[in-house]
Amino acid sequence: MALPELKKTATEARLNAMELPEGGCLVDARRAALSRVQTMGLPNRRDEYWKYTRPDTLTQDTAPTAAVFKHDEAPIFGEFDCLKIVFVDGVYDAEASDDFELEGVQISRLSEIDAKDIHWTKDLYGVLEARGQDPVQRPLAALNTAFANDGVAIWVTGKPSKPINLVYNHNSDSSDAMLHHVIRVDAGAEATVLENGPAAARFNKCIEVDIADGGALHMVCAQGRDHERRAATHMFARLRKESVFKSFTLTVNGVLTRNETVVELLGDDAVVHVAGACVGDGDFHHDDTVFITHEGENCESRQVFKKVLRNGATGVFQGKILVKDTAQKTDGYQISQALMLDDDSQFLAKPELEIYADDVACSHGSTSGAIDEEALFYLQSRGVPLNEATDLLTLAFLAEAVDEIGDQDVAETIVSRLENWLIRRH
Amino acid sequence: MLNIKNLHVQLEDEDKQILKGVDLTVEAGKVHAIMGPNGSGKSTLSYVLSGKGGYEVTDGSATLDGESLLELEAEERAAAGLFLAFQYPVEIPGVGNMTFLRTAVNAQRKARGEDEMSAAEFLKEVRATAKSLKIDADMLKRPVNVGFSGGEKKRNEILQMAMLSPKMCILDETDSGLDVDAMKLVAEGVNALRDENRGFLVITHYQRLLDHIKPDVVHIMANGRIIKSGGPELALEVENNGYADILAEVE
Ligand SMILES: Nc1ncnc2c1ncn2[C@@H]1O[C@H](COP(=O)(O)OP(=O)(O)O)[C@@H](O)[C@H]1O
Ligand SMILES: [Mg+2]
Repeated sequence: MALPELKKTATEARLNAMELPEGGCLVDARRAALSRVQTMGLPNRRDEYWKYTRPDTLTQDTAPTAAVFKHDEAPIFGEFDCLKIVFVDGVYDAEASDDFELEGVQISRLSEIDAKDIHWTKDLYGVLEARGQDPVQRPLAALNTAFANDGVAIWVTGKPSKPINLVYNHNSDSSDAMLHHVIRVDAGAEATVLENGPAAARFNKCIEVDIADGGALHMVCAQGRDHERRAATHMFARLRKESVFKSFTLTVNGVLTRNETVVELLGDDAVVHVAGACVGDGDFHHDDTVFITHEGENCESRQVFKKVLRNGATGVFQGKILVKDTAQKTDGYQISQALMLDDDSQFLAKPELEIYADDVACSHGSTSGAIDEEALFYLQSRGVPLNEATDLLTLAFLAEAVDEIGDQDVAETIVSRLENWLIRRH
Repeated sequence: MLNIKNLHVQLEDEDKQILKGVDLTVEAGKVHAIMGPNGSGKSTLSYVLSGKGGYEVTDGSATLDGESLLELEAEERAAAGLFLAFQYPVEIPGVGNMTFLRTAVNAQRKARGEDEMSAAEFLKEVRATAKSLKIDADMLKRPVNVGFSGGEKKRNEILQMAMLSPKMCILDETDSGLDVDAMKLVAEGVNALRDENRGFLVITHYQRLLDHIKPDVVHIMANGRIIKSGGPELALEVENNGYADILAEVE
């Protein structure tokens, strides 16, 4: 079907402003992705999937500027012993990065892979993204596959002794960055990837994750504190038998964030948990869009999303669990909740279940509400000042999402950043 | 210690008068009991004293050791030494009981310009007090009042009272929903805190509790007023004859 004229023009304008990285083993994948973009067209506000979030600033050919936000908080995962890989405005920073030497993992940069004729990444790059285009189109991810010229391919072959920390620094008000990572986890292997930073004025990130039988991947991402930055991220994960994938995202501020997570549970007995906590006020617009497909038997999926909104902020959640007829004994859970710290904010939620198997247990819930006045008074009556009592209840609201983080130290760090955000608003 | 004079209270949202001139003085070291039919305004009195929103004081005053309570925020009243054991303790999912208690203790200390209690000191004290109230370690770890039985919630109130060590304790139907053993525990917890510097206002429906917490003075409240005060024998009279006689006598 031909694209509507408006969409076609807008898509062409964007594509004309970009250049496809040439040569190497990824070029076919890039060309295929480009043609996907041309066929689908970039999203516009008429698209059903973008009903609650306006994609204009994410698709337009120049990124709106975003001031680099200066603050004196230390990098969130700076205290942890990690293998650090740093990008500044989407460009790899060799100086600031560690050597890619770590037992149990092989890491290569996308630009190196691009220069090679053969590399394992070829079998994955753009593959999961392409699979994730059905039944819902995600053109910004295809755009990323086509044009991202930096990122890393991480092949987890064992159990590396420390996490890999991908740091996304933002230095230029007008940066427009695209990163594409591929993570392959071998059978029985296990790794943790921590990501942090605002990345750029506009950031398009795509991660493809492929986990073999019994493998496990833990991801924790903190999207920085910049107020004006925009981000569209995609994470595509494919899980084989008895594998585990856990992801948690912290979003503090940011004028526009759309985080899409697309997971296929292909093997039996696999487990996926996708969680997010966000806090924002004013212009803040935060969208979590999740699509989980159960195909294997006896798999577990959990989605836990909590949003704290104040002073006119907007929270969006679109979450779907699709249970295919083969996916008997599916255990699916989905909760999305917003806590409104005032009357001006809004939460738009579209939870969906689509089930074709008969022996499944799926539940979903979505709520939005204010702080519980009774609980607030109870705390105050015990001497806890209003501000502190509100913070305590807000953190309690967020706890179910933060509890999805397996590592206690990382979880505590996340909580302290959330608490700081609240305290700064006293 | 606690001085309530001619207290008139109405609902903020509704033109409904609930307290219609309450006069009451509780001296340090004394236990006063308030009894009265349902809906007479007992809980409202306790809420207004502790600073809950939704009520408007239209006349009268309430002071604690000479300091007017009514202008203070709820947390300031707590720091000034007022404590309310709730008729219906509130469940707070996501906040651990222990965290809650330590936050409260330290917030009050801070408000009074005192040093915070160290984690070790706090733990030692809370464990000892919890033990005397038969509150197990699990209850301390669980979220505040979530999944607690009625009796556990009330014991948890007494635990908070003991840890916060207030000057003036108001207990709103702490005996309701308790079996005899639980009531004894609660009463023992209260009696352990009785001393010459502390006042108690015990709101109850039943004489039962007053067998265990011996009051110095008993007040009868009806229709937003204290209509009669007397010694412990007044509670027995209510137990035997109900409120009808007293209400009739007053009218
Ligand atoms: N927030 C409120 N909204 C509406 N009515 C109230 C409220 N608080 C108290 N009342 C009314 O005030 C009266 C006294 O209530 P309460 O103080 O709970 O009595 P008691 O504790 O003696 O049973 C009752 O008629 C009750 O319905
Ligand atoms: Mg009552």
